[in-house]
Amino acid sequence: MLKEVKNVTIMPQAAQLLGSDPISIAFQIIFTVVFVVFIFYGQRIQMYVMLNEVRNSLIRLKYIRDEGRKATIETIKELGKPAADPTTRVDQFLDYITIPPEAMDPSGVVWKLEHILDVQDTRFKDEVKLMAPQADPTQINNLENSLEAAMSLNLIYKVIRHYYMLGKKTYSLYVIMQVQMALPLIMREAEALSAALKAFTTGQPIGDGAGQLVTGKMIYGHEQRKVEKDYVVSTIQIEGRTVHVLKAEGPGGNVGKPGEAIKQIIEENDGKIASIITIDAAQKLEGESPGEVAEGIGVAIGGPGVDQFKVEEELVKYKIPINAVVIKEDIGDAVSPMRKEVTDAVDVAIESVKRVIKERTKEGDAVIVAGIGNSIGIGQ
Amino acid sequence: MGEDSEAKEAPEPPQGASSYSFAIIFITLALSLVALFIAIGAFIGNQHELVYASVFLIIGFVGLASSTYMLVQTRGRVMRMRIEIPPVMTTVTCQKCGFKNVRTFERGDYVFKQAGPCPKCNDTLLVSAIYREVKEKPKKEMF
Repeated sequence: MLKEVKNVTIMPQAAQLLGSDPISIAFQIIFTVVFVVFIFYGQRIQMYVMLNEVRNSLIRLKYIRDEGRKATIETIKELGKPAADPTTRVDQFLDYITIPPEAMDPSGVVWKLEHILDVQDTRFKDEVKLMAPQADPTQINNLENSLEAAMSLNLIYKVIRHYYMLGKKTYSLYVIMQVQMALPLIMREAEALSAALKAFTTGQPIGDGAGQLVTGKMIYGHEQRKVEKDYVVSTIQIEGRTVHVLKAEGPGGNVGKPGEAIKQIIEENDGKIASIITIDAAQKLEGESPGEVAEGIGVAIGGPGVDQFKVEEELVKYKIPINAVVIKEDIGDAVSPMRKEVTDAVDVAIESVKRVIKERTKEGDAVIVAGIGNSIGIGQ
Repeated sequence: MGEDSEAKEAPEPPQGASSYSFAIIFITLALSLVALFIAIGAFIGNQHELVYASVFLIIGFVGLASSTYMLVQTRGRVMRMRIEIPPVMTTVTCQKCGFKNVRTFERGDYVFKQAGPCPKCNDTLLVSAIYREVKEKPKKEMF
């Protein structure tokens, strides 16, 4: 009797709430279930979506990494003609690590870092010589650059894989979130490195070589001599000034040591240098066009900072004014084959250099113009 | 590659979409088509079942749209796997007569390389530029 009373009172309320139509009831139930599921499992669903996104990028990263590795091994076989299969050695190389010096006491850390980088460079060159015994010095430099690009791709893949697996293991939204948020930029970098690898294996000039292309064009056809380290210098006359133009020796992939080269020219001239102009590729901001030329003050030398430090030491010692001319490009373009806009900007940059020399120095002065960047595919 | 044991857990790159995903897509597609047929049947047959017909019509369209989207996405994923690099060109010029030739980059080319005699004046040709041309769609931006 009590049951019947309950049914009579509850059923009309339920019918009112859900509606009499079976479809409306079904939809109400579905929406309620979805609502409840999202309240309790919303974050987990969000995490699965993010994990899936990371997973898809990881699959692409693995593909890029494997393609890069394959291309490098094929090039080593083609150019180096090794007696044995270099695959094992290449795989070993891809996992190399470089431990930076301890900087708790920063005094003298630049020299420590320079030493580590020198050892790394020597080790890499020796490894490449062992892998590709028949390769000439230009090809050895290009292969070294290719291996470095393949190494970077391997590292990117492994780091993302680490965070993906850590996220899966711990189900921590914050671990997954930080890698998912950084992914678009990481993927751009990986794709640029992949293009760089192609450029290095075939010896094509890359965007980073814009500065070298400028100085290469300035010294082409003039007498040249070798200076420290892996640089050439040519002394030319511009508007009555003696201009020492420095370029990293090409056409092999080589950045040289511009700091050492500039220091040598300053010492040779007993510090009597009216101005130093460094020319380099610089990262453009979104919205700026690739190939824009900008002028400024300061040492335009990228990389780990050792060469910039050395040049700044010399500037302070001899009170030499420093100017910079930069060609702007995307970070991805800097390691990809050189864009046409950057090639076209070379003449504009040369005009800028000439104008700076004319405006900032007097007739009879000595000036240093240094090209900075990778000289791959750029002779002199 | 010196892979650790964890590497086995890493996702493997698919050679296209898996047969499992294709099965789901085609089942969804089939069900949505059935829903559309039922909807059309209900519309034609009985005017009183207008609500049912509308619901099936919505289900059919949503299913059709989502399965088509999934199919396009899987195709896009396969296409994205390829790494596309624009062709790199080499410009060879004659310093004397100004003869200019643009050709595809060949291994061994480098800027300032002497590239044989000029077909016009027999002077030495020079590789004057190596570049890739990126064709970007013109964007209408306010800034």
